[in-house]
Amino acid sequence: MKRRNFIQQASAGTALVALGSFGLQSFTSSSKLRKITILHTNDVHSHIDTFGPEDGRNANKGGVARRATLIEAIRNENPNTLLLDAGDIFQGTPYFNYYGGELEFKLMSKLKYDVATIGNHDFDNGIDGLFAQLPHAEFEFVTANYDFKNTILDTHTKPYKVFKKDGVKIGVFGIGIELNGLVAPDLFKETKYLDPIEMSQEMTRILKIEEHCDLIICLSHLGYYYKNNPDLISDLNLAKSTKDIDLIIGGHTHTFLPKPTVVKNVNNENMLVNQVGCYGINLGRIDFYFDANKNKTANGTSIIV
Amino acid sequence: MRFTHFFFLLYFLIFLNCKQDKLQLSKIEGKQIQITDSILVHPEIEAFVKPFRDNIQKDLDSVLAYSVDTYSKNDGHLNSALGNFMADVLYSEANPIFKSRTGKEIDMVLLNHGGIRSSLNQGNVSKRTAFQLMPFENSVVIVAIKGAQIDSLIDYLKRSKRAHPISNLKLVVDKNFDVVEAKIKGKNIEQNYTYYVATSDYLYNGGDRMRFFKPNDTVYYLNYKIRNTLIDKFNKVDTINPVIDDRFIQIK
Repeated sequence: MKRRNFIQQASAGTALVALGSFGLQSFTSSSKLRKITILHTNDVHSHIDTFGPEDGRNANKGGVARRATLIEAIRNENPNTLLLDAGDIFQGTPYFNYYGGELEFKLMSKLKYDVATIGNHDFDNGIDGLFAQLPHAEFEFVTANYDFKNTILDTHTKPYKVFKKDGVKIGVFGIGIELNGLVAPDLFKETKYLDPIEMSQEMTRILKIEEHCDLIICLSHLGYYYKNNPDLISDLNLAKSTKDIDLIIGGHTHTFLPKPTVVKNVNNENMLVNQVGCYGINLGRIDFYFDANKNKTANGTSIIV
Repeated sequence: MRFTHFFFLLYFLIFLNCKQDKLQLSKIEGKQIQITDSILVHPEIEAFVKPFRDNIQKDLDSVLAYSVDTYSKNDGHLNSALGNFMADVLYSEANPIFKSRTGKEIDMVLLNHGGIRSSLNQGNVSKRTAFQLMPFENSVVIVAIKGAQIDSLIDYLKRSKRAHPISNLKLVVDKNFDVVEAKIKGKNIEQNYTYYVATSDYLYNGGDRMRFFKPNDTVYYLNYKIRNTLIDKFNKVDTINPVIDDRFIQIK
């Protein structure tokens, strides 16, 4: 049951990946097909407006008011949708310099973001600057490997959050990048950085065994992969070193992927790592289909990316 | 036969228990949707953003000072009026802060030619000008390095042969780019003396191949953006009229 076979088939330009079936832990009485839609952004960096027509690479792309229309349409199509952000919400346009992140958080609240994690640039006005903007966020922040105990953010973030959509339990936990060397120490103050792999293992244990989640998502700001420093912790390395994570949504490296990456975890099971570049140019969408296991034997999960 | 019945019963009970169907992940579909102008603007969100945007535009464009001429980083050989202006501004704006926090003074300033991202045009100067000159979010750092590393810094300047912005450093080279004179605040450079060099965090971290800032005795983060040194200066002065001078020259 635990074994996930990896069979990759080329199919009209997309990769179809078949997995051996794995049992999910929720017992429910209904047998209908359930669809959970995960929408995600990363490294939006205060890009609230659409890029101007004169912009070299991103002309007429992005913009929160267009993203809002798209998200609303997807929510109308499937109310069982979660909207997530993988950090670096702040810094990059005068909106941040003028309003300190207030507008970013208010807009994300209007777009009904469900949860976000913290990126290194979210400390750019110091941990106090981030704290000051929290009242404008109607969504929560998850981070499992920043220990804020001796800081003003203590108790204002959670390691993980569990959502229930159409009877499907979804656990989302956050993982942040090492701040030392990246952010001035007087900005992050006494934030302690904990090992991302150890904390992810702890999170998946809690979410799988204690919370009985059907779906486990890691919101990470570690960065996709560092080819000049391949042993440095990254989303691909985290994926390979852990188990029970279905999806890592990444950020930090501003990586534009042609499609989500299928990675084998430590148990040789397939999972997905995704990142959608930066500046709100793209919205990531991952649909998870669940059915009740009534008339089926182990016939696997297909991944179409 | 009884045993068979027992197994049948057991099987039946298990079947009943699992009649509550287990959720099975059967399919995952992933894709990326580009936000293009084919997607309509959400009117409510747009209306919410507009006053903030208008306010920023108004503030960015409000006149702070007047630039007498148009200055480009490419005017001048080894120093440019615009580069001199930016380095001198960094000194004049950051030094009082550094002094009040540490009791020490900045000895010299080094920025990079590539970091000046536009020209300073004749006419009104606004905050937008500062964003154009310095769109990056780089901040002032002050690095304590020994005289020997100042020599490496000078080597860098003579090898690159371009007008990297400097302040309080005087450098004269001959036709072979050998140093004829090198002084900080009018004094010869002492090998074992500690100098406080103000630069950006980007350059401190090795940007533009500046590798002489590490190792160092200490680094001080002022949490003061380079752009804000310009904005603060624009607020203080009425006219901007920098000149190409003799801080870095070649004698032929």
